[in-house]
Amino acid sequence: MSNCYPYRSTLFLLYLLVVFGCSENNQSSVKDTGLVYCSQGSPETFNPQVGTSGTSFDANARVLFNRLLSIDSATGDILPSLAKQWKKSRDGLIYTLDLRHEVQFHTTQWFKPSRSFNSSDVLFSFERQANKDHFFHQVEGMTYNYFNSTGLADNLLDVSAIDHDTVAFHLKEPDPSFLIYLTMEFSSILSAEYAEHIQKNNIRKEEIDHKPIGTGPFKLKRYQTDAFIRYTAHPDYMDGAEAIENLVFAITPDPSLRYARLISGECDVMAQPLSSHYQLLKNNPELRVQHQAGLNIGYWAFNTLIKPFDNPTVRKALSHAINRETILQTVFNNLGEISNSPLPITMKPYHNDRLAEIKYDPELAKKLLAEAGYGDGFEMDIWAIPIQRPYNPDGHMMAELMQEDLRQIGVKANIVSYNWATFLNKVSQGEHQTALLGWVADTQDAGNFLSNLLSCSAIKSKTNRAFWCNPVFDDLITQAQHTSNMKLKKNLYYSAQEIFREELPWLPIGSGQSIQASHRDVKNLNIRLTGGISFSGVNKEVPSS
Amino acid sequence: MIKLILRQLFFVITTFFGVTLITFYLQTLAPNTGEEQQYSEYIARVFQGDLGVSSSTRTPVSEEFLAHLPASVELVVLASTLALFIGLPLGIVSAINHRKPTDLIINYTSLTAYSMPIFWWGIILIMFFSLNLGVTPVAGRLSFLFDIEPVTGFILIDTFISKEPYHMDAFKDAIHHLTLPVLVLATMPTAIIARMARQTMLETLANDYMLTAQAKGLSKFKIYWVHGLRNALIPFTNMLVLQISTLMTGAMLTEYLFSLPGIGKWILDALEKSDFQSLQGGILITTTLVIFINAIIEMLQTWLNPKRLKRTRIYNG
Repeated sequence: MSNCYPYRSTLFLLYLLVVFGCSENNQSSVKDTGLVYCSQGSPETFNPQVGTSGTSFDANARVLFNRLLSIDSATGDILPSLAKQWKKSRDGLIYTLDLRHEVQFHTTQWFKPSRSFNSSDVLFSFERQANKDHFFHQVEGMTYNYFNSTGLADNLLDVSAIDHDTVAFHLKEPDPSFLIYLTMEFSSILSAEYAEHIQKNNIRKEEIDHKPIGTGPFKLKRYQTDAFIRYTAHPDYMDGAEAIENLVFAITPDPSLRYARLISGECDVMAQPLSSHYQLLKNNPELRVQHQAGLNIGYWAFNTLIKPFDNPTVRKALSHAINRETILQTVFNNLGEISNSPLPITMKPYHNDRLAEIKYDPELAKKLLAEAGYGDGFEMDIWAIPIQRPYNPDGHMMAELMQEDLRQIGVKANIVSYNWATFLNKVSQGEHQTALLGWVADTQDAGNFLSNLLSCSAIKSKTNRAFWCNPVFDDLITQAQHTSNMKLKKNLYYSAQEIFREELPWLPIGSGQSIQASHRDVKNLNIRLTGGISFSGVNKEVPSS
Repeated sequence: MIKLILRQLFFVITTFFGVTLITFYLQTLAPNTGEEQQYSEYIARVFQGDLGVSSSTRTPVSEEFLAHLPASVELVVLASTLALFIGLPLGIVSAINHRKPTDLIINYTSLTAYSMPIFWWGIILIMFFSLNLGVTPVAGRLSFLFDIEPVTGFILIDTFISKEPYHMDAFKDAIHHLTLPVLVLATMPTAIIARMARQTMLETLANDYMLTAQAKGLSKFKIYWVHGLRNALIPFTNMLVLQISTLMTGAMLTEYLFSLPGIGKWILDALEKSDFQSLQGGILITTTLVIFINAIIEMLQTWLNPKRLKRTRIYNG
């Protein structure tokens, strides 16, 4: 028995030596040039032209691709990107863009480009979305939501290559927002040569979106669904290779695990912490918490196609039953603002602050319900968003608070939830009665916001979750989008918001602040006004030893 | 003997069909599968090894299973080895010092460890070691920055044989990641093994031949560790194999707790994502596996120790 113990303790010591001994120095090179981001969910696809969710854009458009133009989210200025300069014809129908030279696409294990970026890539990227007969148009049943909701599907007549380095966009009618559209994620430029390669070699056409090729700062290395996405820096990036050589998205839907991974140092940056973790993060000296009022709105959408939510009086009654003040305090931790309009308060000058307040008034709510013929109440479902977004940091908690408020007026609410992909899919099919959702604006453009969420055409493009269609409202926002007279534009948007306030297809809840937490050695990580995260230009401070 | 094998075979086959009935029923709960399927078709497909395609990853379920199996096997093997190496000596020491303080301490500690729910115990360890002290990672099997090509699927082997320049760092990191999960999973089996070892050792020590050995003037070491242990091992291994399903359940919970990409995590994720094909396939394969392992061990034991056969014969009249 006595010869047993020394043996075992030697083993144990050996273990300690291997695991903890002198491991710090060797690991540093991988850690100094690598960055791990604890993200919230798997991207729906790597094609930025389809889909609308911010988690997908973070993983595709902002990492792998570039657009022809970019936008300064603070000032709204249009900046060059893949296009050096641009020109609008006098009638506003033709936009001509000069392309940048010597921009390289990614070289990966699955594709080696033989040429640099040119006008045929632009043509391919837009024709794929516009032409229903295009070989790559129908892939995995995806729809080009933004291409439709921005009206480009109807308004873009043609994209033509004048020569290798010049393209021209022809519109049916002038659209002052056109250049903004070119800065948005769905206008990302894909490689035409890669598409030809897939078609020529009879590779499954889905591969174009599973193994993407772009011009962006990082290229895809490996992706394991629901586990991680691994990127490496694009060595020939047009603005110079990134300091971060390895970028990993650690897909961590559980917010508590995200928090734990950040604290234990497995992640350098985390997305959207729970409001209950906010104070803990703030008090931790090793971490930096950034937050900013966001261009977003969280709302409670009523499916206006089904009874009793087709009745505006019922919608009003339910809206007055909800105590949004409590929601702001508990769910948002007071990091946000209540809105009575579908537009976020930060969307100036178009947010109409003269709208009548949607007051918390259970008595009025009961009266309205009785008026609508539901004096005895009814039973309904609330679908709670399963992930944390700036506009809704905790969907389930919000739904529970609302459940209690609704009980006060005799309405029994059941909380329904699915995982994110299923949730989005079912909501876009209109399977919900009511749903807690939200939207993060792409730009300061109110027209984009309202038409995406509330226009009749957005029902077709599946982003109008209330399935509400009001021709007068539609008319007002279309007019507003097509005028360049700022005063008239503002008045038109104001009137549209008044119609919304009358009809209440949803109860706007408020805008939350975008929050991100990171370790202090992560430098130059900015928080974006329009939500989402971008690792371009980020570097890590190497501790001097 | 043949009778026994036939009986085991009959047992395996009936249980297997029972399980397929349940998994087939699961399918009727799945929303819009498109085509209606008969039970006979389902069984035919299962026997061809076709378990369908996962609705969330669009890869064949059998492939998914094989991709997740190594992580589970690695965890179970490491944890049971650890449990054996700690539990067995503890139990024997306890038996040798019967009713002395050492015995009492070991006995009570193992009783506590035995009754510890894995979920709770795991979270306590994570809170202490990962969040408070920051010495162990909270989840996963390797730091995200290490990119190791999965060759065998066993992370310790893959990192070891990898050609990446940092592969030894990755190997250490993998050990680092496995420490807590292995500890958590090993806790209960260690306690069970210690208690079983103590029990069988006590029974062996009470035999006449032990007294004879003592009378012969053998050294204490020889008496306990050679004569005692050898004879205690047979009933001990019998009791040990009964713990396989306990270990597998524990592994599933541990995987979930530490986000380890094993079978348990895979099945629970499939449930969360309403991926019924994976769920159905996963349950079918794991239960079949457990049934088979149990049956094989049962037969092996009988073959090694024919006394068992005689005993069952007597019981059967």
